[in-house]
Amino acid sequence: MTDDNVPHAADNVIVEAEHVTKTFTTPDGRALPVLDGVSLTLREGEIVALLGKSGSGKSTLLRCIAGLIAPSSGTVQYRGEPLNGANPGVAMVFQSFALLPWLTVQQNVELAMQARDVPEAERRDKALRAIDLIGLDGFESAYPKELSGGMRQRVGFARALAVEPDALLMDEPFSALDVLTAANLRGELVKMWDGGAREGAGKHSRGFPTKAVLIVTHNIDEAVQLADRILVLSSNPGRILAELRVDLPRPRDKRDPGYEELVDTVYDILTGRESALEKAAQIAPAAVSAMTPVDLPLPAASVGGLSGLLEILDARGGRDGLAEIAEDLNFEVDDLLPLVDAAVMLTMATVAGSDIEITDEGHTFVVSATDPAKEQFARLVVRHAPLVGAIVKALHATKDGSLREGFFLDLLRRGFSEDEARNQLDIAIAWGRWAELFAYDAERGELILEVPEPVVTGGSRL
Amino acid sequence: MASWGMFPSRGVWRRPAFRWVDAVVLVGVAVLLFGLLRLAPSLNAPFLPSQAPSQVSTDPAELPYYAVRSLLRMFIALVLSVVFTFVYSTAAARLPRASKALIPLLDILQSVPVLGFLTVTVTAFISLFPGSSLGLECASIFAIFTAMAWNMTFAFYQSLVSQPRDLDEAARIMRLTKWQRFWRLDVPSGMIPLVWNGMMSFGGAWFFLAASESITVLKHTYALPGIGSYVAAAMQQGSLSKVAIAIVVMVVMVIAVNILFWRPMVAWAERFRAEESAAADKPRSVVLDLLRRSVVPAAVARPARPVGRLLDKLTRPFGLAEHPLSKPLVRQRTGDVFFAGLVTAAVAFGAWRAVTYLHVRGDLGQFGHAFLLGGATFGRVVVLLIFATLIWVPVGVWIGMNPKVSRIAQPVVQVLASFPANLLFPFATAFFVATGMSLNIGGILLMALGAQWYILFNVIAGASAIPSDLREAMQLMGVGGWLRWKRFILPAIFPAYVTGGITAAGGAWNASIVAEVVSYGKHHLEAYGLGAYIASASANSDFPKVLIGVVVMSVYVVGVNRLFWRRLYAIAEARYSL
Ligand SMILES: Nc1ncnc2c1ncn2[C@@H]1O[C@H](COP(=O)(O)OP(=O)(O)O)[C@@H](O)[C@H]1O
Ligand SMILES: [Mg+2]
Repeated sequence: MTDDNVPHAADNVIVEAEHVTKTFTTPDGRALPVLDGVSLTLREGEIVALLGKSGSGKSTLLRCIAGLIAPSSGTVQYRGEPLNGANPGVAMVFQSFALLPWLTVQQNVELAMQARDVPEAERRDKALRAIDLIGLDGFESAYPKELSGGMRQRVGFARALAVEPDALLMDEPFSALDVLTAANLRGELVKMWDGGAREGAGKHSRGFPTKAVLIVTHNIDEAVQLADRILVLSSNPGRILAELRVDLPRPRDKRDPGYEELVDTVYDILTGRESALEKAAQIAPAAVSAMTPVDLPLPAASVGGLSGLLEILDARGGRDGLAEIAEDLNFEVDDLLPLVDAAVMLTMATVAGSDIEITDEGHTFVVSATDPAKEQFARLVVRHAPLVGAIVKALHATKDGSLREGFFLDLLRRGFSEDEARNQLDIAIAWGRWAELFAYDAERGELILEVPEPVVTGGSRL
Repeated sequence: MASWGMFPSRGVWRRPAFRWVDAVVLVGVAVLLFGLLRLAPSLNAPFLPSQAPSQVSTDPAELPYYAVRSLLRMFIALVLSVVFTFVYSTAAARLPRASKALIPLLDILQSVPVLGFLTVTVTAFISLFPGSSLGLECASIFAIFTAMAWNMTFAFYQSLVSQPRDLDEAARIMRLTKWQRFWRLDVPSGMIPLVWNGMMSFGGAWFFLAASESITVLKHTYALPGIGSYVAAAMQQGSLSKVAIAIVVMVVMVIAVNILFWRPMVAWAERFRAEESAAADKPRSVVLDLLRRSVVPAAVARPARPVGRLLDKLTRPFGLAEHPLSKPLVRQRTGDVFFAGLVTAAVAFGAWRAVTYLHVRGDLGQFGHAFLLGGATFGRVVVLLIFATLIWVPVGVWIGMNPKVSRIAQPVVQVLASFPANLLFPFATAFFVATGMSLNIGGILLMALGAQWYILFNVIAGASAIPSDLREAMQLMGVGGWLRWKRFILPAIFPAYVTGGITAAGGAWNASIVAEVVSYGKHHLEAYGLGAYIASASANSDFPKVLIGVVVMSVYVVGVNRLFWRRLYAIAEARYSL
């Protein structure tokens, strides 16, 4: 469905991002590419979902579109005008709600209109209407801190919708809420949107007072539930991997074969095509050891989570669809994918399409007792997880087998942002500790090589 | 206890190691002082206020009037400090170029002993208002202002730069105007640190009030009607009973201001807390409750609303609280270089002028002497800190870890910290005269009268902030005795102690200017030290020496802060913060 070259198409384009590239600077001055040549068009009457793993640059892209940060190169246009400051035609809903705690619900909702100098009476009317629409009736004079998370996010929606923005931007609006509240609010959103669409998504319709929605999410289900179009973003740096149209009628049924197929496809894209890990695991081990910790970042997986995944997989006969596992465990993509990545990196599983299959290595790990499992894990991480391998090597190279963590952080900062460098080291420490490769003294911030049990000469040890 | 915050707030001392800007700024401040000094009229200025008395009456019946006058000065200074805080912190936080100079400048300013420069500021202000005592009034208010403004500004600046990123983005995307953003986001989010630091700084400023109401300029003593000059006059007469009366009035005043003004402010500021705090911890104020139930809020709000609307309209032309996303890089770089060059050149020129001035007058050699004297005062500060630490750390820990005791102790300690120690100097001096104790030793005691409370106060704050479950865990594990102190209590209070230590040291340096020279009746005591050097140079209006003394003292304070306290502070923040 490429109607880009139809002449009238430009009329209903609200926001257009072209070849947006964003490069941050790491603390020690190196470039950290986060977005690479991303193009995106948001048209009237559609909901677009931006889907990707955490850290793939979704929020960064959304902030470029909102005019809050400048792309390093490329342009963002609102109705044909390049942005040089906050986008005048959008409102935003934040993951953290971003309400002003010292203002009441109504004052919060009125604030954006006040900024636009809307006369007082009209402001009041519109605010009350938005509060009503979003189901906050009776809470006008409450303060945000008196409300539950779900209610607070409703205020966030009311505030954004009250100004009747051309487009509504949302950055993971439901991920700070519990599962049920999120599903509930999501459902209401869909209902309002479709109600508004039926009456014509014009500014003055009584329904949903915005013409388009761009939602950032790391939840595959959420994207498939809501969106007309899903843009899948890759990580390191973020590129558009695929664009999927969703033509199912809303509200969408999870058991619909079309729905399931779509979820599988998304999994397929997110796990299969992206994986440098897999390629690295398939080629000779020598090549892996040549990979640096920056080329092959550790996925944010705990050893407990990893062995949990492998156990489930083993119990299910060694092979299953990712979507099924996620569904059964009520997992979101961000919970499951790092575990999958870790299993693949450590050659304990392979991914084919949207299926995951356990390897012999993985099976051995599941059935072993703790000590052999630790030995096996130690062998695998040293060989396949570049950062853990690098740490062990470095510790061996020192006289007393200990190094300050700052040393590794400095190295990691060359390729990661400050936060991410810390994350990487924390993951490596967790893995290495479990494998009993090294110990970590948190107070002194020091990594210490675990000395293998000393061989006792002249007598056996019991 | 939520009300036991540290003073000054966290982050005031968080500055990185010495950088070249700091050197430029340090010299810049010296140049500023020099400029002030050149502004001051020449020695035989004809327009000194003739009607200002050199001494106020010591009739106790006049005291209520004096108290009101003193209070008025305090509150005028407070209003000025708030205005200064708003303007200065906003500039520092929002103008990228200005912040590079403004923050180091503030950092140095809070280390300059302004008390030493009082004579110079007085003469400068007198020349602004020739022939009236308004200049004296201004100089006194200015001295009080300098005691309040820096900490408030730092606290507010800190809250501006640590604003949650989401709130900043929400404000920008809502397209708030600059004015709206300031009042809807910036001020509310900085209100709690502002009120807290305002209250504590106000307490510290009483000292400056007492020291600045009666002042010797050009060998002539002037006195403003106020409680500070009353004490000065009583001291000159050697009448301890009158001093005692003034002290009682002073204590009543400090307590009244706390109950009627600061407690309600602190309780009111709670509404700006982002999350609901536990009911038990919430600061309360009976006065505020009464006010809330009265007609006052409505009476204030009704006329305020249209004014607010009007201001909102009038400030619209200033534009949105937004900055352009992209600026031509080359132009920006050129601007930076130009700006840095201009500032450096101006400072260098000023420094050259100052040095020439001192050289022409043949005073450059005084620097060595002043540094020597500074060593003596430094020694006093160190002894003071050691003793204050040994005494007040155990006491503070005991108070802080007993909620019942600290509920009673808090107001007492706050009054003690607020009470201007210089009002007690007469008694101490009488004691020194009677026992023949040298002021070289006694000076330490005088300096400690005011400075020690910061250590006590902060240690209590640190100890009461230790989570009770941690304390219980320690008890269960049977950690006791020295081990309990070494592994648990001392690390837990360390950040608070460091904050108190820096503040106490700064206070002690400032106090040395009034503590190393004291007179009581016919007796005149003087210690060997930099404070005495500055004080006598001031009394003789020997401006070059004042400049040298103040600059050397600033160098001492800044140097010790950088080489010792800041490092300690960094360690405290990184390793021991709970
Ligand atoms: N202001 C910044 N400075 C440096 N690095 C940043 C900044 N903002 C984001 N990043 C980095 O960019 C990457 C993508 O971040 P983000 O856009 O928040 O991802 P997502 O929203 O997809 O989780 C992360 O690695 C993050 O550390
Ligand atoms: Mg994000």
